[in-house]
Amino acid sequence: MDISLADLAFIILAGFTLLTALGVVLFKNIVHSAIMLVFSFLGVAGIYFTMHAGFLGLVQILVYAGAISVLIIFAIMLVMNQDPEKTNLPSPNIPNIMAGTYLTILLVGALVGSIWFTSFPEKVAPVSGDELGLLTGLMLGDYVIPLELAALLLLVAVVGAIILARGAEHK
Amino acid sequence: MEHWFTDIAQALVNWLMGLGLSAGWADFVLLIVQWLCIVMIVTINVIILIWLERKVSGFIQLRLGPNRLGPYGAFQTIADAIKLLTKEDIIPSRTDKWIFMTAPLFFIVVSVMLYAVIPMGDGMQVVDFNVGLLYFISIGSLSTICLLMAGWGSNNKWSMLGAMRAVAQMISYEIPLAISLLGVVMIAGSLRLSDIVVAQGNIWFVLLQPIAFITYFIAATAELNRGPFDMPEAEQELTAGAYTEYTGMRWALFFLAEYTNLVAVSALCATMFFGGWQGPGLPSWLWIIIKTYLIMLVFMWMKWTFPRIRMDHLMSFSWKILLPVSLANLVLTGFGLEFFKWMGWW
Repeated sequence: MDISLADLAFIILAGFTLLTALGVVLFKNIVHSAIMLVFSFLGVAGIYFTMHAGFLGLVQILVYAGAISVLIIFAIMLVMNQDPEKTNLPSPNIPNIMAGTYLTILLVGALVGSIWFTSFPEKVAPVSGDELGLLTGLMLGDYVIPLELAALLLLVAVVGAIILARGAEHK
Repeated sequence: MEHWFTDIAQALVNWLMGLGLSAGWADFVLLIVQWLCIVMIVTINVIILIWLERKVSGFIQLRLGPNRLGPYGAFQTIADAIKLLTKEDIIPSRTDKWIFMTAPLFFIVVSVMLYAVIPMGDGMQVVDFNVGLLYFISIGSLSTICLLMAGWGSNNKWSMLGAMRAVAQMISYEIPLAISLLGVVMIAGSLRLSDIVVAQGNIWFVLLQPIAFITYFIAATAELNRGPFDMPEAEQELTAGAYTEYTGMRWALFFLAEYTNLVAVSALCATMFFGGWQGPGLPSWLWIIIKTYLIMLVFMWMKWTFPRIRMDHLMSFSWKILLPVSLANLVLTGFGLEFFKWMGWW
């Protein structure tokens, strides 16, 4: 069997992403889980790179691995007041386990089903040349209103967070 | 002299292809060789830099600095490095072991990764990425996680406080840093670093974007956790911040990574604002070294002349002054570009 470098890179990255994602679930210390989540984000970014979506991969690193994960780790550190070795244990509650199992089966079923029934085209021609320019053209041209609306939503969220943090008496 | 290094790389690829490797694998091997070269340059460079830093601080504070070992004390850092290498690797018993042990490794890996896109000469880039600048910024943002890991893993109040400060500071200063670089990107019309260098053939961007240069320089100093913005380490109050519990080689790796970041940020500054590898007479790779070292001397000058500023002043400076100024510069650049196009000067 002849494996090309791109296939090898994909296999390594996919394996890395899956292993770290498993680590997020299985580690007993929730800080370790959060750090595994960072690696999982990086693995996904690597897969984007192998698909020639460099911009998407870098945004994944900048936003998820660089910013959101710091937020997650900070939140964990602020609310943790027990032995860190016992913060991410499996739930002892039977209904919780049942709900988790059903949800997992449902999601895996939906994923497998959608992959099975989709007829993927044999060969897709890669975008030639300036994929970044194409993306910017779409984002700031055809879809500029949804983009601005998303920005507005984030602004509202930021203002809301500041009001919550400062409290109402500062009015 | 100009094509020494590109010729060596080409010869290596040709030799590997002659051995029967496909072009893809030959490039892969070349990538690993380039990587090893970068690691070697970084390690040797840091020995020179630490000596330089001690000499510069001595000069500024009217001291002699290291002057016993070798001419002008040049071998002092080599002796220090050997001492650090042979020291015992102490891991305190109450630490979070894996996080404590791996944090310095990730920190140095992230710092070395920054060098992948920096053009170190004409055609001397490991990867000529079409979003090279974004790569630099996003990989740089990963170092916050490593400091947070070090602070958390040490299980020590000084370390944790230092890490918290470092993260708050680095996240705040990342925004003016990126926005000030956007002005340059707008003029050059590309995120590819080699394009940005070529766009400065006639005039350096420091002359077109002086405000962006100043905001970049301040934000970069804060990103590097260097004085006057070294609150995360603040020796008098936090002993050594996130590095308090580290000893021997692990501590040395943090130190190495900090200087590696310093070189990377200075090289980016030279690339973005001072024409990169372009210059008369000398070969391109020598020009970027000269420019990088001059910028690093300014960083050292700033560190040893300004007093450290308070944490709350630091944060409000970023959000209330630096960010509005860099945003205003962005708007000004946009209007300026349109005006130039309208007048037909561009």
